[in-house]
Amino acid sequence: MTRGRIRAKLRRSNLYTFSCLRPTAAETEAPHSFQGPGYSRIVYCNQPRVHRKKPLNYPSNYTSTTKYNIITFLPKAIFEQFRRVANVYFLLAAILSLTPVAPFSAVSMIAPLAFVVGLSMAKEALEDWRRFIQDMKVNSRKASVHKGDGVFGFKPWQKIRVGDVVKVEKDQFFPADLLLLSSSYEDGICYVETMNLDGETNLKVKRCLESTLPLDDDTTFKDFAGTIKCEDPNSNLYTFVGNFEYDRQIYPLDPNQILLRDSKLRNTAHVYGVVIFTGHDTKVMQNATKSPSKRSKIERKMDQIIYILFTLLVGISLISSIGFAVKTKFQMPDWWYLQPKNTTSFYDPERPALSGVFHLVTALILYGYLIPISLYVSIEVVKVLQATFINQDIHMYDEETGNPAQARTSNLNEELGQVDTILSDKTGTLTCNQMDFLKCSIAGTAYGVGSSEVELAAAKQMAIDINEPDSEVSNVPVRKTSARDSWENNGSGYGVSEIELETVITSKDGKDQKPIIKGFNFVDSRLMDGNWSKEPKADVILLFFRILATCHTAIPEPNEETGSFNYEAESPDEGAFLVAAREFGFEFCRRTQSSVFIRERYPSSRQPVEREFKILNLLDFTSKRKRMSVIVRDEDGQILLLCKGADSIIFDRLSKNGRMYEEATTRHLNEYGETGLRTLALAYRKLEESEYSAWNNEFVKAKTSIGADREAMLERVSDMMERDLILVGATAVEDKLQKGVPQCIDKLAQAGLKIWVLTGDKMETAINIGFACSLLRQGMKQICITTMNSDTLTQDSKETFWLLMTDQTVKENILMQITNATQMIKLEKDPHAAFALIIDGKTLTYALEDDMKHQFLGLAVGCASVICCRVSPKQKALVTRLVKEGTGKTTLAIGDGANDVGMIQEADIGVGISGVEGMQAVMASDFSIAQFRFLERLLVVHGHWCYKRIAQMICYFFYKNIAFGLTLFYFEAFTSFSGQSVYDDWYMLLFNVILTSLPVISLGVFEQDVSSEVCLQFPALYQQGPKNLFFDWYRIFGWMGNGLYSSLIIFFLNIIIFYDQAFRSGGQTADMSAVGTTMFTCIIWAVNCQIALTMSHFTWIQHLFVWGSIATWYLFLLLYGMTSPTISGNAYQILVEALAPAPIYWSATLLVTIACNLPYLAHISFQRCFNPMDHHIIQEIKYYKKDVEDRHMWTRERSKARQETKIGFTARVDAKIRQLKGRLQKKQTAVMSPS
Amino acid sequence: MNTKGATTSSAGGTDGGSDSSSSAKRNSKKPKYSRFTQQELPACKPILTPGWVITTFIFVGIIFIPIGLASLFASERVVEIVYRYDEGCIPTNYSDQKLAYIQNSTTNKTCTRSLIVPKQMKRPVYVYYQLDNFYQNHRRYVKSRSDKQLRSNASEGDTSSCDPEGVAPDKHPIVPCGLIAWSLFNDTYGFLVNNEALEVSKRNIAWKSDQEHKFGSDVYPKNFQSGGLIGGAKLNDTIPLSEQADLIVWMRTAAFPTFRKLYGKIEMDLEANENVTVVIQNNYNTYSFGGKKKLVLSTTSWIGGKNDFLGVAYLTVGGLCLFLAISFILVYVVKPRPLGDPSFLSWNRNPSGL
Repeated sequence: MTRGRIRAKLRRSNLYTFSCLRPTAAETEAPHSFQGPGYSRIVYCNQPRVHRKKPLNYPSNYTSTTKYNIITFLPKAIFEQFRRVANVYFLLAAILSLTPVAPFSAVSMIAPLAFVVGLSMAKEALEDWRRFIQDMKVNSRKASVHKGDGVFGFKPWQKIRVGDVVKVEKDQFFPADLLLLSSSYEDGICYVETMNLDGETNLKVKRCLESTLPLDDDTTFKDFAGTIKCEDPNSNLYTFVGNFEYDRQIYPLDPNQILLRDSKLRNTAHVYGVVIFTGHDTKVMQNATKSPSKRSKIERKMDQIIYILFTLLVGISLISSIGFAVKTKFQMPDWWYLQPKNTTSFYDPERPALSGVFHLVTALILYGYLIPISLYVSIEVVKVLQATFINQDIHMYDEETGNPAQARTSNLNEELGQVDTILSDKTGTLTCNQMDFLKCSIAGTAYGVGSSEVELAAAKQMAIDINEPDSEVSNVPVRKTSARDSWENNGSGYGVSEIELETVITSKDGKDQKPIIKGFNFVDSRLMDGNWSKEPKADVILLFFRILATCHTAIPEPNEETGSFNYEAESPDEGAFLVAAREFGFEFCRRTQSSVFIRERYPSSRQPVEREFKILNLLDFTSKRKRMSVIVRDEDGQILLLCKGADSIIFDRLSKNGRMYEEATTRHLNEYGETGLRTLALAYRKLEESEYSAWNNEFVKAKTSIGADREAMLERVSDMMERDLILVGATAVEDKLQKGVPQCIDKLAQAGLKIWVLTGDKMETAINIGFACSLLRQGMKQICITTMNSDTLTQDSKETFWLLMTDQTVKENILMQITNATQMIKLEKDPHAAFALIIDGKTLTYALEDDMKHQFLGLAVGCASVICCRVSPKQKALVTRLVKEGTGKTTLAIGDGANDVGMIQEADIGVGISGVEGMQAVMASDFSIAQFRFLERLLVVHGHWCYKRIAQMICYFFYKNIAFGLTLFYFEAFTSFSGQSVYDDWYMLLFNVILTSLPVISLGVFEQDVSSEVCLQFPALYQQGPKNLFFDWYRIFGWMGNGLYSSLIIFFLNIIIFYDQAFRSGGQTADMSAVGTTMFTCIIWAVNCQIALTMSHFTWIQHLFVWGSIATWYLFLLLYGMTSPTISGNAYQILVEALAPAPIYWSATLLVTIACNLPYLAHISFQRCFNPMDHHIIQEIKYYKKDVEDRHMWTRERSKARQETKIGFTARVDAKIRQLKGRLQKKQTAVMSPS
Repeated sequence: MNTKGATTSSAGGTDGGSDSSSSAKRNSKKPKYSRFTQQELPACKPILTPGWVITTFIFVGIIFIPIGLASLFASERVVEIVYRYDEGCIPTNYSDQKLAYIQNSTTNKTCTRSLIVPKQMKRPVYVYYQLDNFYQNHRRYVKSRSDKQLRSNASEGDTSSCDPEGVAPDKHPIVPCGLIAWSLFNDTYGFLVNNEALEVSKRNIAWKSDQEHKFGSDVYPKNFQSGGLIGGAKLNDTIPLSEQADLIVWMRTAAFPTFRKLYGKIEMDLEANENVTVVIQNNYNTYSFGGKKKLVLSTTSWIGGKNDFLGVAYLTVGGLCLFLAISFILVYVVKPRPLGDPSFLSWNRNPSGL
C-alpha cells in the first residue's frame, strides 16, 4: 500500500539536481577487467545452492563477536589469566608446592589459585555468554528471502547465503552486503541510512542498474539469474569494484549499487537485492576493530606497588636463604637431633649453597603472602558489583529512550573519579539534533518573545542582587566579605537564586512535557492566529511564510491522528521551517514531480485555499554553497526565485534596492547568534519570463554535460541566478540542546573539569552551540585560529591565493597565531578574563603535527573552553591523544556516532550515548549513558565513590598482607630460617580467601564518604579524585608502614607473652600450634578492626562481613578442631581444650588488637581534628544536621564550593551580573558626582 | 544549515504511534528500585568527633590499667624456681669433655642437688625441663612424624613422612617414627623433701585430647631406638602410646628454640625455705650444640606461669591511651575546631582558588 502511495506522489529523485543525478559518463564506462588476487569472488545470483560447495562456499551469514567458543574457552581463558604476572607467580608456587621444597601442603597453594582463577574465568564466561546472546539475537533476525518460483519466505539472518535474493522492507536493516536490483521507486533508487557505519544521519541515495529495473516484483525472480564477479572482502566502506553479468551482457558495478549490512532502508517501501558478502565478509564486520583494553591509572600504579612488594619478597627471601645456608653450614652439624649426617640435599650441611638455593624457592613461596593473591579477584568482584550499581542507578535511566546507564567494561570505574578533561562530540551528544523555530525577523521587525534559559536566569539573579545594597561592588576580593554580610542581613541571597535557578530548570522541563508542537517554540501574538495580516508589512510577511513553505526538499506525510502533516525533511532545520509555516497558516500539503501545494489559511476566510507553486528548478544546498533556492511559478504566472542561506552569503548577493532591512536584520541576527540560535537569511527575486528561459537553457546544458567540470559548471550557472536578491528577513532556530546539558556542563565545570567540544560542524554552528551550552559567553575573548579567512575571499582570488600559499607559510602563520594568543593570555591581568579557543579542522592538521602540537596544547590548556570544528573522526582521536599524552591527565571522550569511535577508543574513558539508534559508539565505549546530562552523576557520584573505594581497598589490601606476611618472616628467624611456618596451612589458605576478603569487598562496594546528594551539591569534592588524594605514594607508604608496624606488634607481643612459661593454670606450655593460633587470632582481629576504622559507612552488610569474618574464624577453629586429628594435626581441639579456657589467650588478643590500631586511630583523629578534609567537614555538618538548622550556611557553602570556573551557566550568569553591576555603578557615580 | 542532517523522524514530529507499543519493552530495561541497588541502604555513619575519640582513649585506658594490674598481681603470686644443671652436673674430671661424658653409656649420670624454696608454693607444683638452643621448630624436625601411625595400629607402616627415622635397618617400621620421637628427652628428676620422696605425677600433663584421640591405645612402641644411632629416651614396649605422657608432651613441638615442657606435677605444698633435694639423671645431650638445660619448679595462676610482660604491656598501652586522651584534650583546648565549621573547608581556607 505504501508503495502505491509513494509512487503516486512523486519521483523524489527528480528533486535532486546535483547529488544524485546519474553521471551519464558511467553508462559508457567499460566493465572492469579482473586480474590477479583480490578480485576472485564470483557470486551466482539466485543460485545459493551453488555456493554450498567449494570453492564457492563462502562463510555463512552467521556473525559472532564472542571471544571464545566452547572448545577454545578453556585454553584461551586460562592463557588470558596467566598473562598476569602475579598469577604466573602463584602458578609456579602451586607447581613447586608439589615438591618437597614447599613449606606448605600442596592443597593450600593450589586451592586459592584455583578459586581465584576460576572466579575470573567464570566472569569471562559470563561476559562472553552475554555477547553470544547478543549475537544470537542478530543472527536470528528474520529476512525475506527468495525460496524459488518467485515465492519469498522468511529466514533467519544466519541462514542467508551468498547469491540469495532478499527483499528488505522499509526501516529494516540489510542482513548482508547486497547488490541493489530494484526498489519500489520506478527509477530504482532507494534511501539508506548509514548511521551504524559512519555516524552520518543524513540519508544516502543508492541506485540500481538500469538493466535490473524490471525485477520489481516477487514473481520476476522465478528465473532470474546472473553472475557477479567482484573484489574480495575488504574493509573499505566507500569502494566497490565488480562486474555484473546479466542477460549475456556485462555491466560494471560501483559502490552506488551496494547496500551494506547494518545500514537501514529509509523512505523506500522495499528493495530487492542479491547477497554478495555474508557474515564476517561484510564490510561492516571487516571494519570491526577490537576495542583496546584499557587499564585505569590506579591499576597501573598498583602494578608498581606489586613490583615493590615483589622486591621486598625477593629481598627477605634472600635474607632467609643466606641465613639458612649459614646456619646449615655452621650450626646444623651440631644439631644431632636433626641427624645432620643423614640428610637430603635440602638440608645438607656439606653443601650449604645448594640447600640455600632450594631454600630460596621455599622462601619465595612462603612469603608469597606479601603479594595478595586475592587482590586481583577481589578488585574484579568489586568492580563488577560497582558496575552493577551504575547499571542499576535509576537516576541514570532515561524514560524517553528506555535506556539505563551501562558500564560496558567494569575495569575503569575508578578512573571515572579522576577525569580532568572531557572531550565531547556535539551533534547527538550536546544537542539532540532537533530544531525549534524560536524567533524571526521580518522586514526589519523582530518577532518572537521566547527567551533562552541564560537570559532568564541572568535576569532573575540580577533582580535579586540589585536589591541588595551591600553587594553592589562586585569585584571578587571585596565580594567575599560583603557577600557574607549580605547573607546575614538579607537571608535570601544565594539561597533564593539557587531555588530560582532550579525553578527555571523545572519549568523548562514542564514545557518539554506538554508537547505543544515539536520543532516550534515561537510565541508572539503579532504573527500567530492570522494576526500577521494586521502588521504594517503584511505583504513581506506573506512572502516570508511562502519562502518557508516552498523552499525545501521535504515530503509531507499525512498524520492520521491530528489530520495535519508531518514532514520528512533532509535536515531538521527544514522540518522546523515547515512546521513553523504550518503553524502560521501555510501548510505544505502535497508535492508532485513539478509542484508543491500549499494550503494557505487567511484570517479573512474560513476555508484554507490550496495554492499550487510550480517548481521550475531546485538549486540544491551544499555545504560549499551554503544556500538553496527554488525557482517557482505561482498561480499568477509570476516566476520567483526563493532563496535561503547563511546570512553572510545572502547579504553579499543582495541587490541595491534589496537592502532595505539589512541593518535591522543584521542587528537581530547578531542578537540571535549571541543567544546560541542558528540563523538563516531569506531573500527572493522576481524573474522575467525571458530572463528565466535564457538562464534555464544554460542550466539544462550544464546539467546534461558530461565530464569532470559538470559540477563546477552547475554551480557557476546557479550562482548567476542567485544574485540581486531582495532581503525578506531572517529566521532563528534553536538547535535544541539535550535535556539538562547546560546544567550538566555547569556542574562539571564547577567540579573542576575542562570541557572541549570536538565537532564535525562548521565554525558558526559550533560557536552557536558553545553559546547555547555556556561554554562561550559574552566578554570571553575568542581566539579563532584558522588558516585564512577563506570565506570572505571570492572564488577566483581564493584560487590564486592558494597557489601562493605554500605549506610552510601556512604553518608559520598558524604558529604565529598560536604564539600571539599564548602571549596574550600570559599578559592578561584581570582574573575574570576568560579565553575561548576555536580552531578548525584544516588548521588542526597543522597544529597536530609534531613540531607544533605542544604549543597548541599549551595554548589550549590556558583557555577556559576549547572548540574544534570541522574535525574528522581521525582528528578527534588525535586531539584526544594529544590531550591525554600531553597533559598526562585523565581524559574522557563522549560521543554518539561512529565518527566518535576513534576518540572514544583513544581516550582513557570512552562514553557512548545510547539514546540514538547507531550503536557503533556504544559498542566501542566503556560506559554508555542515554543522555549527556547523566554524565554528571556518572562522574561526580559514581566516579567519586568508585575512586575512593578502590583506592582505599587497594591500600588496605597491601596493609593486611604486609601485616600477615611479615610475621612469617620474623618467625623464620626463630626457626634458624628453616622455612617452617608458625601457622597451620589451613589458616593461611583461609586468610586471603575467606577470612579477610569479604570485609574488603564490602569496603570496595558499599563505602560512601558522603551521600550521593552531597556529591551532587558539592561538585568540588570531585577534585579529590583528579588530585589523587587517596592513592598518592604518601598514603600508600603510610598504609604499608602501618602494615609493618602491625606485623611487628602482632609478632613480638605474642612471642614475648608465650615465650616459655605456662600459658594457663593447668601448667601446660604453649606449643607451636597454640602460639600460631593465638597470633593468627590477633591478626584476624587487628585487620578487621582496622577496616572497621577505615570505613565511614556501615550498613548491615558491612557489619555482617566485618564482624562475621571474625566470628567465622572462631567458627572455623571450632569446626577444624572437631575434625579427625589426621586432618587437623596439632590444631585438634585447640580452641575448646587449650585456648578458650586460657585467659591469656583472650587478653593477648585484646592487647594486640588495640595496640595495632592505636596509632592509626590517633593519626586519623588528629588529622581530622586539626587538618580536616572537605568530606570530613561535610560529614560533620550532616551528622549534626547543621544543614537543616542553618540553611543559609549550607546553601552558601554549596555555592562557594564551586570551582572558580570561567565556563558554564553559573559563570556566565556571574559575568553578566558583573557587567550589569559595572554599568550600574557607573550610573550611580554619574548621579552622585554632581551632588 | 545543518550538514549532518537528521533522521527524518525527528524533524517533522513523526513519532506518534510507536510509543505505546514499545513502552512495555522499554520499561523492562528500567532498573527496579530498591534501596540496595540505589545504594541507599540505611547506614550508620559514625564519625570521629573529639568527644568520641577522647572517650575511646579514656575507656581503653580505664579497661587496660586494671587488667594490667591484675595480670601483674597474678604473675607476682607465681613462685618459680629455675635451676640450670647442664654445667653443674658434669663431674669435674669430665669438664673438658662433656660430650664424651654424656655419650658414654657407662658413666654415672646421677646428679644430686638441693634447692631452697623461696616462698610457699601451693600445690600443684609443676615441674618443667627447659631446653635452650634446641630447634624443635626446624622444618626438618617438625615434619618428621606420622600422625596416622601414632593414632592407630593399622597405620603402623605409614612412615613416609618420618624420614630419616622411618624404618629400622631391617626395614621394619619404627613406632613411633620420626626425628621428634627419636630425640625424646630422657633426663629424669626425683625429689626428696626431708629425705622423703615426693611423688611426681604424670597425670594430666598432656592434653586430654592428645591422649584420647591422637595417640592410640593400641599402638605400642616397636623397633624404637633399636638402630645404630640412639637418640633420646627409650620407651617401654608394653605401654601403649596413649599412656606415654612424656612422649605426648614432647611430640607437641615448641614454637621457639627456648622452651619448657611439663615433666610432671608435685601434688604437695612446698613451704618457704624448705630444702628440696633433686636427683637428676643427666642423660640428654645438649652439650654438642651448647644448649642449656634447666629444671623449673613453678606454681601457676590464672594467667599461667610467671609472666610480668603481659601486665606491663597492658599498663603501657593503657597509659599511652590515657596520655593520648590527655594530650588530645589539651590540644583541643588550645586550638579547638568546632565540628562542621565550614570555614575549614578547603575553598574557604585558601580563597585564592584551588
